[in-house]
Amino acid sequence: MSTSVLYDAPGPRTRRRVLLGSVVAGVVLAGLLALVGNRLADKGQFEAEKWAPLTDPADDNFTNVWTLLGDALVNTLVAAVLAMAFSLVIGTGLAVLRITAGRSWRWLVVGVIELFRGIPVVILIFFAARVLPGFGVDLSNLWFLVIGLTAYNSVIIAEIVRAGVNSLPKGQREAADSLGLRRGQVLGLILLPQAFRAMLPALISQLVVVLKDTSLGFIISYEETVRTAGIIIQNLDNPIQVYFIIAVIFIAVNYAVSRLAIWVERRLSRGKKTAATLSATDPAGAGTGGGG
Amino acid sequence: MNVIIDNFPLYLNGFLQTLRICAFAALGSLVLGTVIAGFRVSPVPPLRWVGTAWVTVFRNCPLTVVLFFCAFGLPEIGVNGAYFWFGVTGLVLYTSAFVCEAVRSGINSVPAGQAEAARAVGLTFSQSLSSVVLPQALRTVVPPLGSVVIAMIKNSAIAGAFGIGGDLFAVGDTLTSARGEAALPVLLGVVIGYLVITIPSGLLLAWLERKVAIAR
Repeated sequence: MSTSVLYDAPGPRTRRRVLLGSVVAGVVLAGLLALVGNRLADKGQFEAEKWAPLTDPADDNFTNVWTLLGDALVNTLVAAVLAMAFSLVIGTGLAVLRITAGRSWRWLVVGVIELFRGIPVVILIFFAARVLPGFGVDLSNLWFLVIGLTAYNSVIIAEIVRAGVNSLPKGQREAADSLGLRRGQVLGLILLPQAFRAMLPALISQLVVVLKDTSLGFIISYEETVRTAGIIIQNLDNPIQVYFIIAVIFIAVNYAVSRLAIWVERRLSRGKKTAATLSATDPAGAGTGGGG
Repeated sequence: MNVIIDNFPLYLNGFLQTLRICAFAALGSLVLGTVIAGFRVSPVPPLRWVGTAWVTVFRNCPLTVVLFFCAFGLPEIGVNGAYFWFGVTGLVLYTSAFVCEAVRSGINSVPAGQAEAARAVGLTFSQSLSSVVLPQALRTVVPPLGSVVIAMIKNSAIAGAFGIGGDLFAVGDTLTSARGEAALPVLLGVVIGYLVITIPSGLLLAWLERKVAIAR
């Protein structure tokens, strides 16, 4: 626990103080919640009419609303999985290029990576949807979203892969070199398989970022969860309730994925013989901090 | 490329608006995030719960949903204001969770002996936090915190897409949708606008990292 660094096991006087602090904090919190709840109740936000379409199976709209939301969730997952798969392939390719490229070419790969890291993902999605049709690329909104997400996330994954390869002990590469393996073989047979193992937690965490970023599809009218929520709200006029449900769904899914990443990290570091795993929460400082 | 030159004042205004959003949001989220990090390491259980819940909620919820909540929810609890402030509030809430985690991992990176020594000379919790642990933690915190702020600058485009108005994203949207200009040059202008902010920030961060790095 982080707390043990900062203070000793409390004595009787400190325990009393902590108890007092807990009571005060509890009262203040309860007061704040009551105030917000009261205001919301005044505005009629707890009335059954606003919640029934989402929570009461007997309501006329219940089936429709959840069919729409179900389809939307599937769309969100499809976009996230596609974007993640493409990002993995392209990201690994970029990392291999960066590692193997000679000095004269490396700056180009680094330039591309830095360039795409610096552009907001929402702009890339917007760019894909507005610019590509002008070049005769006629795709559905799903693919524009996937292209935008892939453009952004593959450079992030390239950085994660590179950090994973760099985290391996130097002896691995040296041993492979001395066996007479060619450059491609050293990477493909020795370094990348180990790097992927070390990177797994960071890669799973990146999935959370991608899942959250799919919600930007609403800008190009891809019918993912947030866009569909907008459509439901236009008809039922209950924004707070609908966004509440959607927030709960996103938080549940993403929390589960984050826990999975932490679990994998623990499991990998248990039987660890070689490199350290990259932290799930801070993937090699790859700049994913603020996510999407 | 003429479209960028012709509309240069518009771009400049968008650029300044983006900077304005980022300045307010960075200030707000750094302060709020540090406070929440204090909650998360405090000895008082209810505060720890609030901190943990805060981080779980805002780290796992898409920024778009947070922004919609601010726009629809805040007026319902009696907070009224311009759309600009709803956008900034959404960015602050969302970013504060990431700031909190960066600060907390910085606090955890301080060797236990430091805090123990501080307690041994009789410093209280708040004294040891403010004069021993935090000054050291802040150095370790600079790299992740910088990444969070740069990510926030990029996220300000989402606030723009959401309708905060007048920022770089909005400029791109107005020129391509309402005025029907060719998308490629317009959006290249927008991209350059963001790169002008993010790439120097990244270089500044790398310099800062070297500057504050401690040899342990």
